[in-house]
Amino acid sequence: MSHVWRPLFVALALVAGILIFRSFYVPKDFGIGEAGYMYGWHNPNNEKFWKDIKVKYKGSTYCKDCHGKNFTSIRNTPHAIIPCENCHGPGTDHPEKIAKLTIDINRLLCLRCHAVLKYPNSDRGKIRGIDPATHQDPNVECVTCHDPHNPNLGALKKSQQRFPVYEREPMGAQGKGSGR
Amino acid sequence: MIEVHGEAWTLKEFFTYPNEYIYWSIQIVMYPFMTGLVAGAFVLSSLYHVFGVKQLKNIARFSLVFSFALLPVAMMPLMLHLQQPLRGIHVMMTPHFTSAIAAFGIVFSTYGMIVASELWFVYRPHFVATALELKGNSQRGLIDSFRYLLFSALTLGSYDVSEDALEKDEKAVGFLAGLGIPVACFLHGYAGFIFGSVKANALWMTPLMPVIFICSAVVSGIALCIITYIVTMEIRKLLSRRKGKASGLPSYEELRSAEIEEVKLTSKYLVMFLIAAITLELLDLIFRGYTAVKSWDILREVIYQKDFYKIFVMQYGMGNLLPFILFKLPGLTVRRAGLGACLMLFGVFMMRWNVVIGGQAFSSSFAGFMEYVLPIIPHNIETAKEGLVGAVAVIITPYVLFYFINKVMPVFKYKGAH
Amino acid sequence: MDRRDFLKQTITIVAGAAIPATALEFVNPRTLFAAHGSDVKWVFLADTQKCVGCGFCVKACKLENEVPYDANVSRTWVERYVICKDGKMRVEGNMANPGFGINADSPKGGRDGFTTPKIDIGEGKLVEIKEEDISKAFFVPKLCNQCDNPPCVQVCPVGATYKTGDGVVLVDRSWCIGCGYCVMGCPYGVRFFHPIYKVAEKCNFCYHRITKGLKTACVQSCPFGARQIGNLKDPNDPVTRTVMTGRVGILKSEYGTKPQVYYLALDREVR
Repeated sequence: MSHVWRPLFVALALVAGILIFRSFYVPKDFGIGEAGYMYGWHNPNNEKFWKDIKVKYKGSTYCKDCHGKNFTSIRNTPHAIIPCENCHGPGTDHPEKIAKLTIDINRLLCLRCHAVLKYPNSDRGKIRGIDPATHQDPNVECVTCHDPHNPNLGALKKSQQRFPVYEREPMGAQGKGSGR
Repeated sequence: MIEVHGEAWTLKEFFTYPNEYIYWSIQIVMYPFMTGLVAGAFVLSSLYHVFGVKQLKNIARFSLVFSFALLPVAMMPLMLHLQQPLRGIHVMMTPHFTSAIAAFGIVFSTYGMIVASELWFVYRPHFVATALELKGNSQRGLIDSFRYLLFSALTLGSYDVSEDALEKDEKAVGFLAGLGIPVACFLHGYAGFIFGSVKANALWMTPLMPVIFICSAVVSGIALCIITYIVTMEIRKLLSRRKGKASGLPSYEELRSAEIEEVKLTSKYLVMFLIAAITLELLDLIFRGYTAVKSWDILREVIYQKDFYKIFVMQYGMGNLLPFILFKLPGLTVRRAGLGACLMLFGVFMMRWNVVIGGQAFSSSFAGFMEYVLPIIPHNIETAKEGLVGAVAVIITPYVLFYFINKVMPVFKYKGAH
Repeated sequence: MDRRDFLKQTITIVAGAAIPATALEFVNPRTLFAAHGSDVKWVFLADTQKCVGCGFCVKACKLENEVPYDANVSRTWVERYVICKDGKMRVEGNMANPGFGINADSPKGGRDGFTTPKIDIGEGKLVEIKEEDISKAFFVPKLCNQCDNPPCVQVCPVGATYKTGDGVVLVDRSWCIGCGYCVMGCPYGVRFFHPIYKVAEKCNFCYHRITKGLKTACVQSCPFGARQIGNLKDPNDPVTRTVMTGRVGILKSEYGTKPQVYYLALDREVR
């Protein structure tokens, strides 16, 4: 055979090398999934990775057992629709590792819904809102006057109370036990 | 605060989606620019080997070697751009061929092997001669021992340099050069396809993109070869004049006439491909304006307002029209050709910039803009890689490589059969 | 070594390399794992009437999915559109009404809600829109559309992103090379690079939650029911009923992506 073929052999040896390396490197399961080659070419073990991610937002029913009173009292108010964790933070590792969740009492939290935006054709326009710049003292937290668990303006006016109008609920037996 | 990739160099204006940034930055401008140079240089060398344009003999071998030096550099911007450069090999490991990028590894290595093989046939007699010469030298130093090993390996075990064998070499070169043209065009047209097939990008998506890319690639490749050829010839002229016959170079006058002949002829091909490229680009532009689909409002704003200077002044004006006039004015001189070629190279670079960065200059919301601010002084690895520093590194590397390759495969001194 | 030996050896090497036939197997339909069809197909329903732009969904999403809270990227976000009676865009200074424009914004992806009537036009600039000029204004939640024809998956060169049997598009963080082609390929701009893992990142309908029977973090945290997730293969699912019998819109149908996030009260101005 002529010497002309030698570069071809070198090329073939290179290709063979890559293919051998490939057979070791690529995970055995890598292949075509349910969605076919175009949309399902992947390593199926990765699905497990995503399924195993830790859940952080537990949902309001998770709070019910220890914080029953607050859980039920808010049910009869307009704030019943707000899940506990929106203001109290995700319940991950609470109460096991994190004894106390940090409550977001920043004015900005309330303004998410209650900064007035007079938008027609949007439900935002129907929410009672305030102008954050002019409503009372902008440096004072809303919870100073308003009870987020009972945001009843009538009650607020009657009591004229300027300090937390809602009382802190004592911990349930379970919560007390594990709180560090 | 944690900085997001792209945030450092992106300015956003009006309504853009929160996750939108200039994700494809300077390195993705460099990538088609460099592959364009590779493809163009190769096509130029093939003009001699395949179509027998005899006058191109000198520049042909030069551009072939240079194209080989540029090859690894076409991959460099991609490695600098990848967020996970060490995983780049995955493209070869689990290629997903519905992606335009997946075949890159295969096309690129095929092309690389073709160029390498062609070079092997061209330089085989040189390898054999050098290896034999070093073999005869019984008192080899460390360097010569290394050279001996290298050149013996490069002969691939074939020391046959008979008349018959050399004839076969010549045939093989012709075949590889012929095979290389479609592969080089594919390599680069394919870079155009990577952009042209992105349906989410209104500026990129056009079937003309691969063809436009090929034409401008050839323009840039030839332009670069002309420039480098002129520079090396000037140096040789200087040496010839200073040292005279002792330099072993042809006389100054011989060099001078050879140079201008070569440059004149090559510039003809340059202008030819330039016209093809411009025609297609303008066709694309006119078509977009005429059909005026949903995206036209924002595209018009980008093309005629935001990027007007970059597109019409820098790219078309300085990069295309001006060199066109320079080349077409009667009595072409080497200096004028050199200037024209530099401008054309700049024009093609601006074209790549206006495609890659221009394609991201507007939001997919069609209601906002993004501006790329090239990081000049890097403040972290990211801004070094995808900033001026990275771009300059990519530009310098082929010359460094060329220096070393020239040691093994001498471009000018060697008087091979081809 | 003479030429014959060289050739012999070369051939042996090449032939030897060819033996592990699996090495050559790029596409083998027999490797179809989990060949059974899934009885779940996740779809999303967003109501642009109900959404008030509180941004609790964005906050919950970022915390749930560990996307750095202050990084300016998000798996989900909320957009605000304020359409003026004259149909024109409000811009700062003397710029004439640009033809492309619209008054819309999504500051920080809406993570902190919308607390000012001023529109964020980028780089810290705000424009005021007079209340009497507004003809309609509304909020639009955005997230990955989990397209039936996901262009992001089509363009991934290495198979690091894929569609599962139940219709969710996932990213393999251990395989992604970070080329950004998927980011470019998505017409909805939902993809970005995770600032810590340095790989492509996107909404996956909280795959770890929906596969455990939970709602996504954004759905769970929405006080107004503006976001819902459901199983399209369950005819009794309220979301399925709405998608099947209600008048729902999708985003950017012109790209042929077949998005699986459906919208109620979708306006033509939504981008």
